[in-house]
Amino acid sequence: MNFEFSEEQVAIRDTIRELVQDRVAPRAAEIDQSSEYPKDIEKLFADNGILGIPFPEQYGGISGSSVTICMGIEEIAKACASSSLILAVQALGSYPILVAGSEEQKKRLCPPLASGEKVAAYALSETGSGSDAAAMKTRAKRHGDEYVLNGAKQFITHGSVAGTLVVFAQTDPEAGSRGISAFVLERESSPWKVPKLEHKLGIRGSPTAEIVFEDVKVPAANRLGEEGAGFKIALAVLDRSRPGIGAQALGIAEGAFDYALNYVKERQQFGQPISSFQGIQFMLADIATQIEASRHLVYLAATKVDAKAPDLTKVAAMAKLFASDMAMRVTTDCVQLLGGYGYISDYPVERMMRDAKITQIYEGTNQIQRVVIARALLR
Amino acid sequence: MVLPQAEAVDREHKFPGEAVQAAAEAGLLGVLIPREYGGAGLDALCFAICIEEIARACASTSVIIDVHTSVGSEPILLFGDEPQKQEWLPRLARGELIGAFALTEPAAGSDAASLKMSARRNGSGGYVLNGTKVFITNVGRAGLYIVFARTGPQERAAGVSAFLVPAGAPGVRVGQVFDKMGLNGSPTGELVLEDVEVPVANRLAEEGQGFTVAMRALDSGRIGISGQALGIAQAAVDEAGMLMRERGHEQGDDFLLADMATRVESARLLAYHAAWLCAAGRPFTRQASMAKLHCTDTAMQVALDALQIAGEQGAVAGSPFERHVRDAKALQIYEGSNQVQRVVIARELLAG
Repeated sequence: MNFEFSEEQVAIRDTIRELVQDRVAPRAAEIDQSSEYPKDIEKLFADNGILGIPFPEQYGGISGSSVTICMGIEEIAKACASSSLILAVQALGSYPILVAGSEEQKKRLCPPLASGEKVAAYALSETGSGSDAAAMKTRAKRHGDEYVLNGAKQFITHGSVAGTLVVFAQTDPEAGSRGISAFVLERESSPWKVPKLEHKLGIRGSPTAEIVFEDVKVPAANRLGEEGAGFKIALAVLDRSRPGIGAQALGIAEGAFDYALNYVKERQQFGQPISSFQGIQFMLADIATQIEASRHLVYLAATKVDAKAPDLTKVAAMAKLFASDMAMRVTTDCVQLLGGYGYISDYPVERMMRDAKITQIYEGTNQIQRVVIARALLR
Repeated sequence: MVLPQAEAVDREHKFPGEAVQAAAEAGLLGVLIPREYGGAGLDALCFAICIEEIARACASTSVIIDVHTSVGSEPILLFGDEPQKQEWLPRLARGELIGAFALTEPAAGSDAASLKMSARRNGSGGYVLNGTKVFITNVGRAGLYIVFARTGPQERAAGVSAFLVPAGAPGVRVGQVFDKMGLNGSPTGELVLEDVEVPVANRLAEEGQGFTVAMRALDSGRIGISGQALGIAQAAVDEAGMLMRERGHEQGDDFLLADMATRVESARLLAYHAAWLCAAGRPFTRQASMAKLHCTDTAMQVALDALQIAGEQGAVAGSPFERHVRDAKALQIYEGSNQVQRVVIARELLAG
């Protein structure tokens, strides 16, 4: 097994790291406080090719590798979890096309995403179907060369800002999970409505939208795979995107730890830096060890996605579960290391702790990850 | 009264004035104050139960009342002379004045004995106080601050004295009020004292006794914080259970709920035991620290677990699940961080 990134990957990572520290880190607190989608950061990522990372060169991108996507997400999340979702959801919303699209669909739909002209989103969850995705009610009825969509989706990250939306809908409600199909909606020709954005505990700069479809027409040419293949596609996509959530959790934890480590070295109490106390030192050692273990699991999972390894489902779920639980513990401890200062908004760890929680919940709650892992073990 | 307001108090960062007023009318602001001074004359166990019940509905309201009742009033009861008790306790018990406790400074957090606020003698036998306190709960709402300042050249704790400083005294000013992760209805911020004249009649206990006052106040303060933690944790357990009954549940979440409830139950017994020892006049320092440590760690974990059970719906603003998480974190930090509790517990265990 290879623990080293390629020269090309290191170069991409270093470029992103520098860009993030210069341009994203100074905006992070403001993005959180205003709860506004940072269009400027989206443009920054588009202009610098970061939104092209999820796509192979033949579709206008620069990579297509899960390892590289994870590196990018991790670097951005160290400074700003909300901004890291711009890359993470670009990957999530594009995977259905890359995984299940025809060559014609990939050539047509990917380049505007790879260039960052548009951002993508992924619409699976509904009010009555979160963890139980197969219970969805959104309906797609075929009329000649097009489908007509009706229904509503909930908790759709970037549903309000996306130009391209992958939607899962029932084409044969009798068939349960085998009656679900996947469609690519382009906003200009298949406009959806966004009646509501959620106010949230964290990742406040990443809009979470309720989406409504009222007789939205989608060309049959934008159906991904066969009718009824949608649920399989949805699961295959989540397998591939989960290491990215692990990477996001990892980045959030590293960002918080980096700040807290410097703080405890500088903060003086009892005539010495608080880092000289063994109680604090043991916390630091535990945090660093948890981060290190998570990093290896995340990149192992990403490597398995790239290699299409037979056990990628299980390992991707493990990486998401382990890294997100780690990030919640680590950020909570980093707030603790800053004491009262950790609890107020003038210091970044307060935001990072709020941002960490969602990584345990979205793209399959951690309960669902455990179900997936146990199912793989017991098969 | 309190519960229906909890969401708005958090969302709008609104001081729950009506709830505090209602608590005053119900006698909840004078729980620990004897009847002869206008209070309810109840003990530490009753106090813990009161705070827990308030915190089940609204943690912001509970911290305001807790700080007022324990560290903001009790030191006068424990260390005040008769005229001080007569002057301040009835007004605190009625809620005419809200109490606050001003010990922490920017450079003196866990190391409280290194505080720098100065109290110099003035010509007329009183004192002049100068300096800045930070992370003061009830700042700007309190009518009376118990302030710790340095009166003598003695090193560290030996040079500290305690003073009763009315909010209206000339030179008392509120500095920055912080935006926080949670407890948004309870103001926390800086208290700045510039040439504040304090008569000698407002010195609590002897010169040099201030640190003893502070440490004793914090011992029983920890019982109140434990009550707050229990209230938040119990609310999280109750709400998670209600949600599971409504939407159905499987064994994974069932086990989590069972663990949550078991932790809360064990934490509650630890807190009640510390309160019972305190009420009986027996030593309770170690038990109060253990209760504070275990109850607040429990509240944090249980609040996170409840939010995990609720899922994305629970992470939306306005949901009690995400509020409990934000509120619970403060409890692991204030009135002695949980690191300080471990220091206290270990010191007691290892004392020859």
